[in-house]
Amino acid sequence: MMDILNILLSESFWAASLRIATPLIFGVLGALICERAGVLNLGIEGIFVVGAMCGWMAVWLGAGLWGGVLMAALAGAFFGLLHAILTVPLGLSQHVSGLGITLFATSVSYFTYRTALPNVSSPPRIEPFQPLDLPVLSDLPFLGPVLFQQTALTWLALMMVGLVWYVLNRTALGVAIQAVGDNPDSVDAQGLSVYGLRIGAIVAGSALMALGGAFLTMSAFDAFFFGMVNGRGWVCIALVIFASWRPGKALFGALLFGAFDALQVRLQTEMGALVPGQVFLMAPYILSIMALVIAARSADYPRALLQPWFKGQR
Amino acid sequence: MIRIEPRQHRSRTMDLGIPVLSAVIALAFAAIPLMAAGANPITAYGEMVKGVFGSVFALSEMLTRATPLIFTGLAAALAFRAKLWNIGAEGQLYLGAMAAVAVGAGWLDLPGLVLVPLIVILGAAAGAAGMAVPTYLKSRFGADEVVTTLLLNFIILIFLQMMLEGPLKDPMGLGWPQSAPILDQGMLPPLMDRMRVHSGLILALVLAAVAQFMLARSVWGFRLRAVGENAAAARHAGINVKRSLFGVAIISGGLAGLAGVSEVAGLKGYLTADLSPGFGYTGIVVAMLAGLSPVGVVIAALFIASVFVGADSMSRAMGVSSFLADLVVSMSLLCVLVGGFIARYRIIRSGTGRAAS
Amino acid sequence: MTDTTVLRLNGLSKRFGPVVANDDVSLSLARGEVLALLGENGAGKTTLMNMLFGHYLPDAGTVEVADEAGHLAPLPLGHPQAALAAGVGMVHQHFTLAENLNALDNITLGAEPLRAIRRDRRGARARIEAIMAHSGLKAPLNVPVGRLSVGERQRVEILKALYRDARILVLDEPTAVLTPQEADTLFASIKAMTTEGLSVIFISHKLHEVLAFSDRIAVLRHGRKVGEMATSEADEAAIARMMVGADTPRIARSAMAPGAPVLHLQGVSVAGRSQRDSLKQADLTVHAHEILGVAGISGNGQSALANVISGLSVPTAGHIRVDGSEIPRPSPARMVRAGVGRIPEDRHHEGIVGAMSVAENMVIERLDDPQVQSRGLLRREAIATHAEELARAYDVRGPGVTAPARLLSGGNIQKLILARVFERAPRLILANQPTRGLDMGAAAEVGRRLLEARERGAGIVLISEDLDEILGLADRVVVIRDGQIVETGSHDRERIGLMMAGEAA
Repeated sequence: MMDILNILLSESFWAASLRIATPLIFGVLGALICERAGVLNLGIEGIFVVGAMCGWMAVWLGAGLWGGVLMAALAGAFFGLLHAILTVPLGLSQHVSGLGITLFATSVSYFTYRTALPNVSSPPRIEPFQPLDLPVLSDLPFLGPVLFQQTALTWLALMMVGLVWYVLNRTALGVAIQAVGDNPDSVDAQGLSVYGLRIGAIVAGSALMALGGAFLTMSAFDAFFFGMVNGRGWVCIALVIFASWRPGKALFGALLFGAFDALQVRLQTEMGALVPGQVFLMAPYILSIMALVIAARSADYPRALLQPWFKGQR
Repeated sequence: MIRIEPRQHRSRTMDLGIPVLSAVIALAFAAIPLMAAGANPITAYGEMVKGVFGSVFALSEMLTRATPLIFTGLAAALAFRAKLWNIGAEGQLYLGAMAAVAVGAGWLDLPGLVLVPLIVILGAAAGAAGMAVPTYLKSRFGADEVVTTLLLNFIILIFLQMMLEGPLKDPMGLGWPQSAPILDQGMLPPLMDRMRVHSGLILALVLAAVAQFMLARSVWGFRLRAVGENAAAARHAGINVKRSLFGVAIISGGLAGLAGVSEVAGLKGYLTADLSPGFGYTGIVVAMLAGLSPVGVVIAALFIASVFVGADSMSRAMGVSSFLADLVVSMSLLCVLVGGFIARYRIIRSGTGRAAS
Repeated sequence: MTDTTVLRLNGLSKRFGPVVANDDVSLSLARGEVLALLGENGAGKTTLMNMLFGHYLPDAGTVEVADEAGHLAPLPLGHPQAALAAGVGMVHQHFTLAENLNALDNITLGAEPLRAIRRDRRGARARIEAIMAHSGLKAPLNVPVGRLSVGERQRVEILKALYRDARILVLDEPTAVLTPQEADTLFASIKAMTTEGLSVIFISHKLHEVLAFSDRIAVLRHGRKVGEMATSEADEAAIARMMVGADTPRIARSAMAPGAPVLHLQGVSVAGRSQRDSLKQADLTVHAHEILGVAGISGNGQSALANVISGLSVPTAGHIRVDGSEIPRPSPARMVRAGVGRIPEDRHHEGIVGAMSVAENMVIERLDDPQVQSRGLLRREAIATHAEELARAYDVRGPGVTAPARLLSGGNIQKLILARVFERAPRLILANQPTRGLDMGAAAEVGRRLLEARERGAGIVLISEDLDEILGLADRVVVIRDGQIVETGSHDRERIGLMMAGEAA
C-alpha cells in the first residue's frame, strides 16, 4: 500500500498522467464535437493513425514541428470531411461509414509510410516537441514538473478544453451545434443549415482527433510505428459517454484514464514478479468498459445522434 | 436545387450490381496509389490476376484465405441483420483459436472422430461467450456494444499474449510465444494433396447455406429480421427482442470463433499472436459487400481473398507495399456504402425555384 | 384593419413521386386578417405552408410577400431563411424545438450571426420579455424546453416567430395538443395581435374553431383549393361537404347493454416518459359490448396506459385482469394470448416492420401458431394464402402481399393492423389514436370496425386526442389527467374539457 501512496505523491506520476491523457483529451474533444452535432465518428481510430503519420512525415520532410501539427490537422479534417459527406447529406450508416473511414485512413497511412520508406529496419526519428522550460514556473515544486515541463502540445490540448467549452456554451455557433444534435428541424426552421453545421462540426472534430495522433509521433515518441495508436481512438469513444458530452468532464475522464495508465505502468514494475504484466496492460481497456457501463444507464445521449436528416422530408 | 427521394421499388439488378460495381471501382481507384508507388497499374493488375488464378496452387491459396473471411463475414452479416453491432469478431476469433489449442494440443488424446468435433464445438462456444458478454452489458446496462466489442478485441489480444507466455506456451517452442501444436488427429483434414486448403472451407460453405435458409425460412430468421428492421414493432408484436439478440449474439460470436478454429486447426496447427491479419475487421467489409446476405458473404469473401492473395503476389513481384490490399478493401467498403445510397434513393435535380419567381 | 394584401400565393404545385400534394393553389392574405386553411388530413394544407416557409421547393408557382412598406415582392423559394427575413413565421404542428436548450436559446437560434464570438444574452432576454409582456404569451426562459409543458412549448414556438419580427404567422393545427380552454386563450392572444397588423393563417380540420376565430376560410381537398369564403357567410354543413367532397354517412350506433368486465385495472401504477405521463394508482373497468373513451391532453398518462394494456410496460403496483383472470407479469406476447388486440398509436413505428412483406406483418403476432409454422420453419404458402384472404376481407390495397409493408399508404397500413387484430376476434381491443392521420373515409372504416367488434361482444378502450371521435364512438367517457383516470359520467364537451384541464372534478 505504501508503494501506491508513494507513487501517487510523486510528481513524475502526475506528469506522466497528464502526458498520457493528452492525446485522449484531443480525441475526446473531437468525438464530443461530432456527437454533439448528432454524428458518431468511428473514424477516430484511423484519424489518429493519419494524424500520427502525417505529423511525423511532415516534420521528417522538413516542415517544422508546427508545420507537422498543421498537416496532421488538415489530414484529419480531410478524412472527417469524407465521413461527413457519407453520413450527413447521404445519411448513410454512421457505424459502417466510421469503420470504413478507420480502415481507409489506416491503410492510406500505412501504404504511404511503407511506400516512402520501403526498406528501413529502424524507423527514422525526428526531433520532437521538447518540454517547455518556463523561467520560474518550471522550477516550482511539484507544479513545475507536472504542469510546466510538459510539451506545447499538452498545453494546446488544455487550451482546447477551454476553447471548446466556450464555443459550445457561450456562442451562437455552439448553441446551434447543440440544437442540431438534439433536433435538426429546430435549426432548419430557424433558417440555419443542418448540413453545414454538421459537416463543419465533423471536420473540426476530426482535425482535433488527428492532433491526438500527432502528439504520439511528435511528443510522446519521435517516430511512427504500425499499430502505435492501439485502440486509443476507441477509448475516446467510451470516454465521451463517460463525460456525458461535456468538455470539462472530458478533461476529467482523460486525466483519470491517464492516471490509471500511469499507475499501471508503475505497479507493473513494482509487482511484475507477482502478476503477469499483461494484467496491467489490459487494465486501461477494462477501465474504459467499466466507465461505459457505469455511465451508460444515465447517459443523456444527444437525441438526434445516429439519426440521418434529409432536407424537405419532415 | 437537389432533392433526395426514396425509391418506391428497389431493383434486383441494382441490389446485385452495386456490390460488383463497388469492387471494380475500388480496384480501379487502386491505380492511384499504384502509380504513386511508381508501378504500372496494368502490369500490377496482371500480376494480381496471375497471383490468384495463375495456377491451381494460387487458386487454392485464395480459397484458404477466403475460409476465415466467410466465417467472420457471416458473423458480421447475421449480427448486423439484427442491428447488433458486433465489431469484436477479431477478439472472438482468438478466443476460438485459444479454445482449440487448449483442447487440441495434447490435453486430451482422443481419436480424431471425437477430438475434431470437440475442438470445433468448444472453439465456437468460446467465441460465443466472447459476444455474450458485450450483449449482456448492452441489454443490462445499455453499454454500446460497438465500443465494448472494439475494446474487448484489445483485451483479448493481451490475454492471448499472456496465455502464450503462460499456460498455453509450447515448452518445445524455443522461448517463442506460441502454443504447442494441435495433435495430428485433431486437425481439420486437408482437401487437396500438397495444398493448404482444408475442410474448414466446407464447414464455412455449409454454414453459409444453413444461414441463408434459416434467415429466409425459419421462425428464428423471421424474428431476427423483424428485430433488426424495427425493434419497437417486433417488441410490440410479442417478439422477445432481448432473447433474439442474445441468440444472434451467440451465433455471431460462435461463427467468429470458428474462424479461429479453422485457422489454427485447419492451417497453422499452432497458435501465435499474429494468427489473424485482421480477419475480424475484414469480415465487416465482406458482410457489407454481401449486402448482409449469407450467400453473398461467400462471394464477397472470395473477392476479398483474391485481392489479398493477388496483392501479396504482386507485391513480391513488383515491390509495391502489400498494404495496397487493405486500401482496396477499405475503398470497396466506402464504395458499396455509397452504392447502397444510390440503390435506395433517387437524386432529383428539381427545376430552380428562383427561375420561376 | 386595412385591405392591403401582405401575402399572395400564385399557382403553387407540388408532387411527391406519384402523389400530387398541391395542384395550382392560389391564396392571398390581407393585413390583420385571420385566414383558416381547412381540409381533411392529407388534403395538402401542411405541404402548402411548408412551401411558403421554404421547407419544400414547389414544382411550379410563386409566392409574393409584402415588405415593410407594403410593396409585394417575390420570395425566393426553398429557403426558410428568406421566408424568415421576409417576415413569415411558422409554428409547426410537430414542434421544432431543441429540447436540451432553454427557451431563450431556442428563440434566439438563427437570429444571431454564427461567427460572432460573443452573444448578447442580456439584450435578447430583455427583448423577449418585452414581447412576452406585449403579446401575453409567457414561458419560462431558463428551463430546458424538454421540461416545459406542451402549451408552454407552443408559446415558445410563437415567440420564436415574433422575435424574428414576423408579420405573417402560420400556425399548423395549433390546438391539436391543447384543451378547449387553452385553445380559447391562444386564439384570444392571436386576435389581439391581429389588431396591431399581424396576419395569421391557421391550419385546422376542426370546424367549430374555424368558424369562431377566422375572418376568412379557404378549403383544400386532394391538394386543390375547392372553395373560399368569408367566415360570416360560411355555413357549417356546406364547408363539411366541401372538405369531404360528399356527405359522409354518420356511423349508426345502436344502444347496447354492457356485459361482463373484460378488462379490470386496479390501482395500477407504471412509470412513463415523465412524471406526468405516468399512471398513478389507476382504476379502470371495461365491459363486453362497451367502447370506453379515454379523453385527455396528450402527455397525461395515455402512453403509460396504452403500454400497460399492450403489455409493453410492467406495472410497479396494482392488478390487471383480462376476462376475469389475472395477468401476473404482462408482456406483449402474454397480452395477445390473453385475447387482447392492440392498435398502436404510431402505426409506422410500432405497428409494422416496413421492410418485411405485408403477409409477414399479418402473422407477426402469431409465430407460434401451427398454421404459420411447423417445427420452427415458416409455412410460406399458408402464410401467403392467409394474407390474400385477409387483404380481401379488410380491403388492404397496395402492390400485393409480398411487397414490403412500407409501400402501403397510411390508411392501408392501418387496415393491415386492423385485419391482424380483428381476425383473432379479441376479447379486448386497445385502440390508441386509431384514426390519427387518416382521411375521413379510412377513419370511418376504423370506427365501423370498432362498432362491429363491440356488437360481437368485445370491450374496447379508445384513447384519442380527438374529443369529437370519442363523443361519437364511446359508450362511456373517462378523462385521464396527470396519470389519474376519472369517470366523467357525461358526454358534455364543455364539462369534459374542463376535466381535461383539471379545473373541475
